[in-house]
Amino acid sequence: MTPLFQVRDLAKVYRMGEVEVHALRQVTLMLDEGQFVVLLGPSGSGKSTLLNIIGGLDVPTSGRVFYRDTDLTQADEGELTSYRRQHVGFVFQFYNLIPSLTAVENVALVTEISVNPMAPEEALRLVKLDARLDHFPAQLSGGEQQRVAIARAIAKRPSVLLCDEPTGALDISTGIVVLEALQRVNAELGTTTVVITHNAAIASMADRVVRLADGRVTAVEDRTEKVSPQELNW
Amino acid sequence: MVRLSALNRKLLRDLWGMKGQAFAIAMVVAAGVAMYVMYQSLFASLSETQRSYYARQRFGHVFASLKRAPQRVAADIAAIPGVSAMETRVVSSVTLDLENLDEPAGAQLVSIHSDRRPTVNDLFLRRGRWLEANRPDEILASEGFVIANKLEPGDQVPAVINGRLRRLTIVGVALSPEYIYSIRPGELVPDDQRYGIFWMDEKALAAAFDMEGGFNDVTLALSPGTSTEEVISQLDRILEPYGGRGAIPRALQLSNWTVENELSQLQSFGFLLPLIFLIVASFILNVALTRALALQRPQIAALKALGYDNAAIGWHYLKWGFVIGAVGIVIGVVGGAVLGTMIIDLYNVYFRFPELRFVVPPRVVVGAAALTFIAAGAGAFGAVARAVRIPPAEAMRPEAPARYRRTVLETPLLSRYLGTAGRMVLRNIARHPFRAGASIFGISFAVAILMIGLVFNDATERLIQTQFWEAERQDVTVNFVEPRGSAARYALARLPGVIAVEPQRAVAVRVRAGYRERYLAISGVPPTPRLKRIVDRNGEPIRLPPGGVVLSLTLAKALDISIGDVVTMEVLEGHRPTRRVEVTGLVDDLLGLSAYMDLEALHRLMQEGDVTTGALMLVDMAQEPKLATTLKQIPTVAGTGFKRSVLRRFREVLAANLGLSIFINLLFASVIAFGVVYNAARISLSERSRELASLRVLGFTRAEISLILMGELALLTLVSLPVGGAFGYSLSAIIVGSIDSEVYRFPLYVSRQAVAWSFLGIIGAALVSGLIVRRKLDALDLVAVLKIRE
Repeated sequence: MTPLFQVRDLAKVYRMGEVEVHALRQVTLMLDEGQFVVLLGPSGSGKSTLLNIIGGLDVPTSGRVFYRDTDLTQADEGELTSYRRQHVGFVFQFYNLIPSLTAVENVALVTEISVNPMAPEEALRLVKLDARLDHFPAQLSGGEQQRVAIARAIAKRPSVLLCDEPTGALDISTGIVVLEALQRVNAELGTTTVVITHNAAIASMADRVVRLADGRVTAVEDRTEKVSPQELNW
Repeated sequence: MVRLSALNRKLLRDLWGMKGQAFAIAMVVAAGVAMYVMYQSLFASLSETQRSYYARQRFGHVFASLKRAPQRVAADIAAIPGVSAMETRVVSSVTLDLENLDEPAGAQLVSIHSDRRPTVNDLFLRRGRWLEANRPDEILASEGFVIANKLEPGDQVPAVINGRLRRLTIVGVALSPEYIYSIRPGELVPDDQRYGIFWMDEKALAAAFDMEGGFNDVTLALSPGTSTEEVISQLDRILEPYGGRGAIPRALQLSNWTVENELSQLQSFGFLLPLIFLIVASFILNVALTRALALQRPQIAALKALGYDNAAIGWHYLKWGFVIGAVGIVIGVVGGAVLGTMIIDLYNVYFRFPELRFVVPPRVVVGAAALTFIAAGAGAFGAVARAVRIPPAEAMRPEAPARYRRTVLETPLLSRYLGTAGRMVLRNIARHPFRAGASIFGISFAVAILMIGLVFNDATERLIQTQFWEAERQDVTVNFVEPRGSAARYALARLPGVIAVEPQRAVAVRVRAGYRERYLAISGVPPTPRLKRIVDRNGEPIRLPPGGVVLSLTLAKALDISIGDVVTMEVLEGHRPTRRVEVTGLVDDLLGLSAYMDLEALHRLMQEGDVTTGALMLVDMAQEPKLATTLKQIPTVAGTGFKRSVLRRFREVLAANLGLSIFINLLFASVIAFGVVYNAARISLSERSRELASLRVLGFTRAEISLILMGELALLTLVSLPVGGAFGYSLSAIIVGSIDSEVYRFPLYVSRQAVAWSFLGIIGAALVSGLIVRRKLDALDLVAVLKIRE
């Protein structure tokens, strides 16, 4: 089976004012279809940069990234946009909901431009928010907002769900609800899910754990024993 | 029901969230649109009404007056190639003795035929009936005169016609394309109460003025494609032996010239001023959107991550500008229509058309909309392009902290006085030079708009001062029907209340220099004039050299000559001598085309004795009513002007005019000042609420943090005042220049009061908008502000 993503010798250098920051150095990695992957590492280890490049939000300085047979590093901006539109769902640490739109409208934002989306209400039902369709982000708790973001990300039936610290801004109990939602999407829809975290406990619910430090992959661990979110030790 | 897409719902809610700012910008747009709609629609309404009126009533193309020609000459005139229709007429002025007026009123008598309508300059009969044959005392009276004196068909008007008092009966009320605008000779503004046009049967009129079998006025209509100059030169040749005073084309006919002048002013202001408004709106839209989009960074990033492309996101944000523009268009079109209707009411006081209504042509609305969308698009485009261009991964991160620098103003010496607040204000302005520039441009434009209105008030006062007090010190002006000998002057001196009499001699001439020529009346001036002096535009009296001729600067420019040049003067009356005369002086006055000569020299040129065409009189105020009654009865007096009533009328007319224009300017200036300052304040508040809240937490008082925010606005306003003053002066100069004509000129004079009032007005508007924003500052929720992730 061809892997969903193949990452080869990926490097990314930023210029921050007068200093050069090496966010990624020669990263090579495979991600398989349907897997629940956790990218683990301290802040500054390059996790977000890797996720942004895989998601077509950013371009590497060198190296290649293949999504199935497509070389994302050769894609222009228009191609990256349509790649994001058709195949990728994003969940951010700070949710990035549109504050002027209700929960259902935030999801509709995606379904209106997708080819074969699920109904916004259905996506919200999957994350157990069907009771709060018409609430604005400001009327929702952090966990609820993050679940709207997950619903928004999965409504287009993406091939991959990329989550950048989805529980980073949440307390334990709401974090667990969000992780449950992610696990459910992974199990029920078979969506490949990549979760970034610096919380090692979350690694216990993954099929594969990739550890990063200082822009390098330090370890890749394939797991067979998966733990449900309620059983995680924070 | 149309379902809005999620993105469009976001658009409407986001705009609602910034409704204060959006409305302020929309109002500036509305001001520009209102001006555009008002001026362009006035232009369209006036020019269309004029065009159709001229066509319907067959308004003439060439006009000429002469002393007297026998009727057989008419055939020669009709035979000029290109003449399609012709009317010969008897035209004369009379003094009226109206019971409701102390002073004598005047009228122009124009002959028509009882049995047919005129083929040129046909009348529009508003009420009553046409003249009937063999009723010599019947007249049609001009509508303005009838309304002003509350007359009705059937009423009688006592008139002194060639020495005899006759009671003329008004049988109809009429309007003529020849007298859309009518003004008593020698006066500055129309006065319908004291001056009218009467149309009388030709036989009756000719009999009264010994003109039987002859005419003293002719008007021609030409076939399309005919050269007016050619016809005029042939007509002048035919009329020369009969005392022709030089034919004029339609363009120089007083009524038509006045309407055309108004039209050309409407056209020139109707584009320039709205354009500046829209540029200001475009600037503040840019500044406001730039800030709003900085706050939308995370949302832009999310939209990109969700798969929206740059074009879709860019269009979404451009629509912010277009929606604001659309609101401005709606308010502006309605506002422009309201203001235009007010101005057309004023036009209907001066201009007599059968019907002049305010119409907003659809193409004007389309033009306003197109201009607005261009301005809104231009304003939004830069801000949107900048925001959308940020790569999605970068947009995800909060904006990097702004880079501040010490400003050049912060010299060690000055820094000591600036304090922390002062330094923050200076650095913030220096960091956004474009934004500060846009605010200064906007506020100074508001100053300028306000100033223009006030400058016209000043200019008018200046004109009154120069013309009615420095130059003309007489109380009463008298014009004779025909030139009289010195006996007339002594007769006037014996009238009740007359203290002093100064003779006037005006001679109709054609002045030529090379191929350029002008028709005008040259005035003879006594060696030491006591009543009427020649003054320049600053009111300084000019001493007349003993020989040669002194010309107004306007005339010298029109003839392209200067001091020392020689002009040819063809006298158009008496023996009609032609002389070459040296130009010995120029006077920079306010009167358009004028020329002066020493009185004795003029008499010599005319080969005449002590002849006068009129007189100026200094009068004992207490005896004025008695003098007025006496003057009404003197047959040789063609017209009288009492300075007090002329001046009163002048002020009345200008008060109505200027009152409305100052009101409109004040309205627009407030809108723009408020819009600009309010936006600047809201943006500062939005950018710095975190910083200001931090200062509050550190123990700063509300007053101290207000100072930082208000200080910035105060500084911007302060800088704008002198810039706006200069701007206002230049715009006033452009406007005054555009009405500078050969008929009259406006002095450009800016009083300290005008400057002070326009500055105060803008400071007031800035203060109000600052205070509104300050209320928001007082309500700042410290904890919430500090928690917000930028």
